[in-house]
Amino acid sequence: MHFAHFLVDVWHWLTAGAQWHGDDGVPHLLANHVRISISSLLVAMLIAVPIGAWLGHRGVGGVVAINIANVGRAIPIYALLVLAVQIFGITSPTGFGWTGSFVAFVPLVLLGIPPMLTNSYIGVRDVGDELVDAARGMGLSEGEILRRVEIPVALPFIMAGIRTAMVGIIATATLASFTGVDTLATPIYIGLGTNDHVAVFGGAVLVALLAVAVDLVLAGVQRSIVSPGLGTGRAGRRRAMEPVPQAA
Amino acid sequence: MPAHAVLGNALGNNANSWVWWAWIPAHQHEIYAYLNEHLLLTVLAVGYGLVIALPLAVIAARRRAVAAVVVPVVNAVYTIPSVALLGLLLPITGTGREPAVIALTLYTLAILVRNMLEGLRGVPADVLDAADGMGYTRRRRLLRVELPLALPAIVAGIRLATVSTIGLVTVTFIVDQGGLGRFIQDGYQRDFHTPLVVGIVLSVALAVVADLLLVRVERAVTPWRRRAR
Repeated sequence: MHFAHFLVDVWHWLTAGAQWHGDDGVPHLLANHVRISISSLLVAMLIAVPIGAWLGHRGVGGVVAINIANVGRAIPIYALLVLAVQIFGITSPTGFGWTGSFVAFVPLVLLGIPPMLTNSYIGVRDVGDELVDAARGMGLSEGEILRRVEIPVALPFIMAGIRTAMVGIIATATLASFTGVDTLATPIYIGLGTNDHVAVFGGAVLVALLAVAVDLVLAGVQRSIVSPGLGTGRAGRRRAMEPVPQAA
Repeated sequence: MPAHAVLGNALGNNANSWVWWAWIPAHQHEIYAYLNEHLLLTVLAVGYGLVIALPLAVIAARRRAVAAVVVPVVNAVYTIPSVALLGLLLPITGTGREPAVIALTLYTLAILVRNMLEGLRGVPADVLDAADGMGYTRRRRLLRVELPLALPAIVAGIRLATVSTIGLVTVTFIVDQGGLGRFIQDGYQRDFHTPLVVGIVLSVALAVVADLLLVRVERAVTPWRRRAR
């Protein structure tokens, strides 16, 4: 069968020695993809979670905090990547080597912020008043209430936002291979240019595996850091309302 | 740069400025054609998505075992980056409308199934009991009671799916489609700002207009909410 032959070719492509060495090899591309994704996720998280949580604690800025995710969804992500190339040029400025690629880093941080900001806001805002009152009665300061009561209780929601952001960031980093950044999708980009469907399909398999694997890892992290007592309580039930991630 | 060139860039009367205004009327045919393609891909994807998601959600709402399979599967598909999904389809379908519509439809499913399921599960049990007590058959109960009550959640899902599909269409330039994404790719390849900016602005405008129209639909199908305001 035609497609079976094709899959055999893909298998040979995936297992060829050349695929696993050098600057075009899978380990190098995977490492760069992961580096770009993690550095932008962490920076976006440092910006979005404290702001979202604080706004949620104070109960202000809801219109912005909730709608920012919807506004982000409407922006074509590929355009943001191209725009970054045209503004910054393709090479990283000195000191930004840790980002993997500065031109991909800037748009990735921008698109990572909205889901985490929105979820941190909603998660903290909806922590039961009785919990906050009890903490205040025990003499906790506002900062302590946020850190020791509200954020732990809102953690399922915050983690859902982090996972949503990560899915979007991994996918957009994939797209960055079309603006000259080395990622796991580089074989797809090269394969499209040379009409090599085996490389396109093989690269797509690798990227899909990475995306699903990263989401599973974060799901595991979520399970291990969220207090088990929240599973059956209010916050646990709210998990059904996770916002929809942004695809890219 | 001489002063008149800086001024020229700022006013947009040459090819180096962010928007070279003269370019726009000269390319109005492409603008209409790409806008048209963008709309067509969006409508096809959301349309097919609805046709597939509705029966899935109705069955999943009745049987937990089905929901336990359907929901994780549509969510897993959603985590696959579009470049990879298109790359997986390409050897099977070749380039063109087919892989673009298939990929975009698959992405709408995660949003639509989730919202429909939420809507259907949100129908209060006593309402269902009342319908049963009145002798409604299961089919009639679904059509006359459950779906109307789930409608706000379903329309909210259509809104989300439409807006995110409009953003995603631009990526399908990979399989020789793309709608307004063709302008974005052209701007990248020629290092030329104007088509890029035109592509971004029109794509965002399309998403905003579609969202506003669907908000009106949302209001029209939930007349009981207006009283609360």
